[in-house]
Amino acid sequence: MSISLEEVRHVARLARLDLGEAEMMSLQSELNALIGHFEDIQHLDVSAIDPASHAVTMHNVWSEDLPGECLTRAEALQNAPVSKAGLFVVPTILEG
Amino acid sequence: MQAPMANYVASIGMEVHAELATRSKMFCRCPVAFGGEPNTRVCPVCLGLPGSLPVPNREAIEMVIRTALALNCKIAMHSVFHRKNYFYPDLPKGYQVSQYGETNPLGYHGWLELANGKRIGIRRVHLEEDTGKLMHLPNGGAGVDYNRAGVPLMEIVTDFPPDITNEEEAKDYLVELRQILVWLGVCDGKMEEGSLRCEPNISIRPEGTEMLGTKSELKNLNSFRSVQLGVQFEIRRQAATLDSGGTLLQETRGWNESNESSYAMRIKETENDYRYFPDPDLIPMVFDDPYIEGLRSAMPELPLAKSQRYQRDFGLSTKDAERLLQDRETAEFFEEAVAMKGDPKGICNLMISEFAKQLNEAGLSPRQSNISPAHLVQLANLLASDTINSKVGKEVFAEAFKSGAMPDAIVDERGLRQIDDHGPIVESVKAVLATNAEVVERYRGGQTGVAGFLVGQVMKMGQGRFNPQLVQQLVREELERT
Repeated sequence: MSISLEEVRHVARLARLDLGEAEMMSLQSELNALIGHFEDIQHLDVSAIDPASHAVTMHNVWSEDLPGECLTRAEALQNAPVSKAGLFVVPTILEG
Repeated sequence: MQAPMANYVASIGMEVHAELATRSKMFCRCPVAFGGEPNTRVCPVCLGLPGSLPVPNREAIEMVIRTALALNCKIAMHSVFHRKNYFYPDLPKGYQVSQYGETNPLGYHGWLELANGKRIGIRRVHLEEDTGKLMHLPNGGAGVDYNRAGVPLMEIVTDFPPDITNEEEAKDYLVELRQILVWLGVCDGKMEEGSLRCEPNISIRPEGTEMLGTKSELKNLNSFRSVQLGVQFEIRRQAATLDSGGTLLQETRGWNESNESSYAMRIKETENDYRYFPDPDLIPMVFDDPYIEGLRSAMPELPLAKSQRYQRDFGLSTKDAERLLQDRETAEFFEEAVAMKGDPKGICNLMISEFAKQLNEAGLSPRQSNISPAHLVQLANLLASDTINSKVGKEVFAEAFKSGAMPDAIVDERGLRQIDDHGPIVESVKAVLATNAEVVERYRGGQTGVAGFLVGQVMKMGQGRFNPQLVQQLVREELERT
């Protein structure tokens, strides 16, 4: 299995990455090298091993439903490139 | 819009989002509330700041499982959260935490039974998080308020292919689903505030054919009525398009409440490639049977089952039963009164008439009022035994509602017991007939309808305390006597 240039372009678009043709070609070969490692793993016999859905073996780590502290609005907006009327200003978007 | 020419069959899938009635958000402990100043209920987790660690809200998980059980779903004994990746400014993290897969959602493969007995298949009940709110700024551009971002959101999706085939069923489904959610206390059900949102998808196909037609999805439906009208409009619009030889587009349409029509929304139909993957920040949920059975056994009896029981055991009509089942408090109040050996029909009548009226006027719920189940039992007994008549019953109820005094005490104190003795009633009947000689003449001349007037006069003399049936009987007897 290898990754086509078209797939690189598609994933770049999903990730909103504006890449030039040369960058895409170099990413294609880097990604293919990466995928190659997984192909090596594919050859291992794992029939006796239970599938792991997570890297840690814990489960059900939950919190009780008790409201706690929030940031102040000034703190929340501190990193916003632009803010107005207490809102994060974002590029105009289509309705929906 | 015109009714369609050809015969079509509609298929309606329902996607319902319910904001869960938790006190804090899904993955952080910011409080949940409606309205308020923008961006005042946010923290590093719900703003998606780097390095923050989300921790799921146990209550939200249990609310979804309880809903799934009420909807006859299978429970995923092993379930994970996924990231649904897309870029939109209402989503601070660049992904929404949701649950992907056929058997991974907390609940799957269930059904909801409509009042008419039809079962609507449920495909999935899953847990995710709500998005922030985008608003247009006065001078152009848009701003985001993230107070709602990360509020626990439950998504309930009907089966595919859909079981719902018309606008009535679509509305009924939503009405019943909302009742269950409110009943379980998992959602406040306020469609106007957006805590319950419904997005039906609608397609039609010619009768006798199998393949489903091109569907449209409808948004901005803020009431049961708009769901019903919107689905009806879409069915007719699609039929008219096909009848005139046109083709339908797969599109998202908005509902315009004021002119009751749908319009194509300018939504950028980006490729639905969300690159779902298990959220590495959130570890799996694992349940065992005792845990699920514990939740199941703590479930209240659901409205439909209650309605059937009220009709079967108490002889109530469907309509009366439904009125008692508007909310859980009212139903429990009724059941407590019945458990005190009250007459179910009499108690029901009080609850849906006088009690409902007074509560409505005072803006109170049953438990907030001065009336207890014991009040209703006493009053129903006073009425059933003819100790007081219904007119006096209303006065006694009004007094009890105001002061909290027990009906028996009010009746004794005010001397309101119904008079069943013939003596004083006959006396009054004779007096009334004597002072209304010309009316008596008219009666004897064949205008028997005037008897009602005479009965009224006698009741007035008795200050409402005479037994009305007895008064009627004695007035007739006296009139027939020549």
